Amino acid sequence: MKVGVVVFPGSNCDRDMFHVLTDVFHLDAQYYWHDKGLPENIDAVILPGGFSYGDRLRAGVIAAHSPVIKDVQKMSEKGIPILGVCNGFQILVESGLLPGVLLKNDSLNFMCEWTDLVVENNKTPFTNQFELNQKIPIPIANGEGKYFADDETLKSLQKNNQIVFRYSDVVNGSSNRIAGVCNEDGNVVGMMPHPERAVESEINPVDNKPSSLIFESLLEKMGVKN
Amino acid sequence: MSLESQELDELKSKIGRDPTSTELQIVAAEWSEHCSYKSSKRHLKMLPMTGPLVITEKGYDSGVLDVGDGYVVTAHIESHNHPSAVEPYGGAATGVGGVIRDILSTGTRPIALFDGLRFGDIEKDKQAKWLFKNAVRGISAYGNCLGIPTIGGEVEFDECYKNYALVDVAAVGFGKKENLIKNHAQKGDVVVLLGGATGRDGIGGSQFASDSLESEDRSAIQIPDPFIEKLIIEAILEARNQKLIHAMKDLGGGGLSCAVSETADSLGIGIEMDVTKVHTRESDMHPDEIMISESQERMLIVTNLEKLEKLKIICEKFNIQCSVIGHVTFDSLMHVKNGENTIAKISTDIVTNATLLDLPSKKPAYLETIENEKEFPLLDNYSETLSKLLSSPNIASKIWVYGQYDHEVGIRTVVKPGVDASVLRLDNGKFLSVKIDGNPKHCYINPREGAIGCFEEACRNVVCTGAKPIGMLDHLQFGNPKDTEIFWTFLESLKGLTDFAKDFEIPCIGGKVSLYNETPLGSIKPTPVIGVLGLIDDTPMISQKISENDCLVILGDTKNELGGSEYFEYIHKFIGGKCPVVNFVDSKKNMTSVLEIIQNKLAKSVHDCSKGGLAVAVSELCMTNNVGCSVSLDKVPGESLSIDKILFSESHSRYLLTIDKNKLDNVTTTLEKNNVSFEIIGNFGGNSISFSNDSKPVIDLLVDKTQKTWLSSLEELVMHA
Repeated sequence: MKVGVVVFPGSNCDRDMFHVLTDVFHLDAQYYWHDKGLPENIDAVILPGGFSYGDRLRAGVIAAHSPVIKDVQKMSEKGIPILGVCNGFQILVESGLLPGVLLKNDSLNFMCEWTDLVVENNKTPFTNQFELNQKIPIPIANGEGKYFADDETLKSLQKNNQIVFRYSDVVNGSSNRIAGVCNEDGNVVGMMPHPERAVESEINPVDNKPSSLIFESLLEKMGVKN
Repeated sequence: MSLESQELDELKSKIGRDPTSTELQIVAAEWSEHCSYKSSKRHLKMLPMTGPLVITEKGYDSGVLDVGDGYVVTAHIESHNHPSAVEPYGGAATGVGGVIRDILSTGTRPIALFDGLRFGDIEKDKQAKWLFKNAVRGISAYGNCLGIPTIGGEVEFDECYKNYALVDVAAVGFGKKENLIKNHAQKGDVVVLLGGATGRDGIGGSQFASDSLESEDRSAIQIPDPFIEKLIIEAILEARNQKLIHAMKDLGGGGLSCAVSETADSLGIGIEMDVTKVHTRESDMHPDEIMISESQERMLIVTNLEKLEKLKIICEKFNIQCSVIGHVTFDSLMHVKNGENTIAKISTDIVTNATLLDLPSKKPAYLETIENEKEFPLLDNYSETLSKLLSSPNIASKIWVYGQYDHEVGIRTVVKPGVDASVLRLDNGKFLSVKIDGNPKHCYINPREGAIGCFEEACRNVVCTGAKPIGMLDHLQFGNPKDTEIFWTFLESLKGLTDFAKDFEIPCIGGKVSLYNETPLGSIKPTPVIGVLGLIDDTPMISQKISENDCLVILGDTKNELGGSEYFEYIHKFIGGKCPVVNFVDSKKNMTSVLEIIQNKLAKSVHDCSKGGLAVAVSELCMTNNVGCSVSLDKVPGESLSIDKILFSESHSRYLLTIDKNKLDNVTTTLEKNNVSFEIIGNFGGNSISFSNDSKPVIDLLVDKTQKTWLSSLEELVMHA
């Protein structure tokens, strides 16, 4: 199966994600520069983290207008699994593919720390290998990571089972401790924490198995035996 | 902003005529202390700079070490003190940007940043607090945006930095040996300026940094743009992969003047350039301004016309500007034109080689008495003293600082910040351990021994991770070199570092001298900052969780060396006493023994004992592991001392080893065999940090409560106090 890693000017977790996809999970990954379209034959798309356009105006807002986003949207409509991590999540939100917005953290600071996530929806292509409420030790690294949605949106997220991950503790002031959401169909998932930084035991001081399940879920979804 | 009168006479006699205004600006920038190292250069030669792993190439601004299997590590250290003291956010950010481009110039990808920050007393001084807060934000904004992890550093506060700031940034790069840029130039080669537009920022920055800080010359401050820097990094590395670069240099101090003249001089060529070809931010810039602007995020590249076309395609992809500003000649002249008119034509040798000074030095009078001893009456219990130290700005956890830095991006960070040295994994299966250390309090009391101590402490930290030191970066920061007493302290520090480097066979692979670090209030204390790189061939020492009944072993003697200690200075407000001295023989034996214990997997954790002494080092172990420990001070090896001295002496070459009871015999056998001084001084367990002397309690603190204040006190002080 073929996974496209979209690279925007200022993306900086693209190489980390590529390494995890290819060297850890032995997937056929390919970089796609933001100013071109995506080929028809890719099976999943990942928007990695970073500072697209230097976070100018607002994180993700300029990249959301990149030519590639039209194709990402088409693919989302076709039900192809799409994952946005950190800045990738911000871009998905800014392009309207996911609900809500991401604001400055309550501390008003950039925050880099390890935290625990709780899996709230184990039906998505990136969470199907988890038990509900399973914990994931994982690092966050962002300045604008506080998820916000109005009460109505929050209600519908809850009702449609669109909340995928919550922080175990209050980390940055996110509404209902939300760390990741999906679209109504469940194939587009966005999350602020960085799974690509947590899947190798060498750099994960806690436990690398839970984060690995995010990628193993994708393999399962695509029917690939690893 | 101009040459001194004897320098002007010298320039006139060298070129046999009056210089043009442009030549004057170019030479003033290049002959500034900042660019020419005229006061220090003749002395820096004493440092050993070669070794089996050191790779040297002409025109490199950073050091290169061969780490095997076809890979290299590059490293450099820079400071941005004057700008940061005026505009801390931009000053610190552009400091990061500059050192990263030095790494990039060799053709390697920057993979880690380290920063050493020093300010005045933030407990009393609001300006120091403002400088600190914003310097941290500047580093965070720049490094995070680039996706280069900031994985280590140090923060220190001292009255001597009042109204001032030291912002030191070290960067490490990694790449394939075959991809190193071998700087050269051929007939027909063109000179390209790539990156951000040249504007009116940083005008005369290098001269600004070569004088004491008396005014806020804001036009001398550079403006950061990390987004452009990120694009430059990716564009340059793509150009490197396509082998499009003949020679490369970053634009830093002295701007184009420095980059053009130094590139030409190092390659033995001439360069003819036209200022009207430089892409500028403003339309009405004077040619002289263009030549000395220190606008950031710019690289100078020498390539040929065929490769230029491919380079342009890469620049288009990343939407960054590149201008052909000139071409290579073979007359060894720096020829600057403004359209058709020649505005400077001068030998590169004259521009780049300022006459080196041989400044006089004299031992400072204060040093005659500063090491005199002073005794303080003993207290009934030292719980309060330790508690006060653990929440003091210099000793409290720096989590508020490194929590704002992305220290995970790049997925190499095996040992994270907040412990001894940080460790990165490399692509060849080896690991790189890096630490930077400074100690102005020790260096003020004894410039030579203090500098050696910084060097040894950085080595100790690296050794704690199981790494063997393979290279050193030195950053020598002092006041006005024309003050004979200050210059003496510079020379003493340098001699000390040289002796240690030679004895331990650790080559100096790069460095920087920063002088004129003073304000109308006076000079800073001597502040050498030493970075040490260590290599781990197989597995790094990863601390295991300490559990009940593990034993605490101390390696190394505790001596009556409290001069410059946090205990004397922070608790007793006393500057003086004997500064810690490194015994080279013991230091080496201890390092070898620690490495042997780590290699044989006999320790659960290894921790350095330094600032705040034994009491603080033990507390750090307890607080990071949420476990108590009982230590018997009467068992601590070394000189016979009063309990406060045992607790707080900052003697070097000491390590704390946490040992599982079952491995204790193995450890003691190894240490006895190596004939090193050690004792089992404590047991882990319970929930309090306790010290006793002959069974009489001396300190008793609850771990959880102490940990809370240790973690939060710096943030409290900066954000809320």
